Amino acid sequence: MSARVDITLTVNGERVTRSVEARRHLIDFLRLDLGLTGSHAGCEHGVCGACTVRVDGEIVRGCLVLAASLDGAEVTTIEGLTDTGEVADLQDAFVARNAAQCGFCSPGMVMAAADILRHHPGASREEIREHLSGNYCRCTGYQAIVDAVEQTLKSRQEAAR
Amino acid sequence: MVRMKWPAIGYVRATSLEDLWTAQAAHGGSAQVLAGGQTLLATLAFRLSDPKVLIDITRIAALRGIGAQGGVLRIGALTRHAELGRDPLVRQHAPLLAEAVPLIAHPAIRNRGTIGGSLAYADPAAELPACVVALGATIVLASARGERRVAAEDFFTGLLQTALEPGEIIAAVELPSATAATRCAIVEVARRSGDYAMAGLAACLSLDAAGTVAAPRLVFFGVGSGPVLAAKAGAALAGRVLDHAAIGAAQMALAEDLDPPADMHGPPEMKRHLARVLTQRALGRFLPASEIAA
Repeated sequence: MSARVDITLTVNGERVTRSVEARRHLIDFLRLDLGLTGSHAGCEHGVCGACTVRVDGEIVRGCLVLAASLDGAEVTTIEGLTDTGEVADLQDAFVARNAAQCGFCSPGMVMAAADILRHHPGASREEIREHLSGNYCRCTGYQAIVDAVEQTLKSRQEAAR
Repeated sequence: MVRMKWPAIGYVRATSLEDLWTAQAAHGGSAQVLAGGQTLLATLAFRLSDPKVLIDITRIAALRGIGAQGGVLRIGALTRHAELGRDPLVRQHAPLLAEAVPLIAHPAIRNRGTIGGSLAYADPAAELPACVVALGATIVLASARGERRVAAEDFFTGLLQTALEPGEIIAAVELPSATAATRCAIVEVARRSGDYAMAGLAACLSLDAAGTVAAPRLVFFGVGSGPVLAAKAGAALAGRVLDHAAIGAAQMALAEDLDPPADMHGPPEMKRHLARVLTQRALGRFLPASEIAA
């Protein structure tokens, strides 16, 4: 047993080695140890979704993952997702639709919405709402967020034709 | 409740069952097994649990995998909810579980939470405990002392209580494969998508060519201290042709099966009402087209 654990993982394509406290969750690791402050610590008990990041390609609650458990894992944060350009159109739609109000939920919202673009390209408005139901917007700007995702899906479908 | 940073804890990564038994022997009752962590880590934030050491079992290969053999579907305890939802063997042999997955929390949590964790935690409003009881599953338990098997309906022993003994973990769940006659459904009522249900029902039965019910298992969740197998409602259905009258008889019988506590959602009578509504919704799906039109 140890209170500190050595881990080597990939964060946004870069190999990172750190010694972390066993109690450290992934979001504190990203924000405090790596300075990646795009992922937000909101409720810190798995309810609000502000901490949504990808681990090994799938979205997770960063506040419900131990950093110590991630040796060998591949983590992608909003910073990394932005750099790849994978969701540039979605981010533009967020701006155009004023879907980021105070902005606190936006990184988690975009991570969750990117999951829709990738896994459910034909999602209906209802399915978009369902998929984002675990991400809270305390400005209650849900309509604009769903609009932005819906518009991005439509634009991509038209572009694919 | 006040939420705060997690307490100071130790961490051990077990990569085999032998590793796990060794770590348990070293740390005893102060150690807590960590699987998907979607419940455990949240309870740490509220200091509702205070383990000294977390033993991470997620890299133990023996607890992974889904296989079907000889009419039995075996699901490794570390199977994540998302995997359960998209696995072709689950869809074929236990479609009830695939149907349950979208009702469990949210996508990001389903990518992490495991079936073993959900069953071990035994939340009375959780979907999977009710499903495994409805399916007549067997829970395979493992410890340094060896393996043993417990029928799902005997596994849940009270509020957040199970038949797990100290040092024991869930290794797998074994389920009888669905046949052409099997009918299963899961329905629930929740205030918001992804919330724990105010009341829910996992129902399984067999229907023969004449529409006669055999082996009905109606298991309610969110209405008691664990999954509640409604024996009287089952008896009201068994051997009868499934029609509106049979469903009505099952709904009546629920009065004797259920004794729901009042909770934050409402009084017992509201839960009884929801249980009757859910019974209609679940069983109504199995009615022949002629009955539905009637």
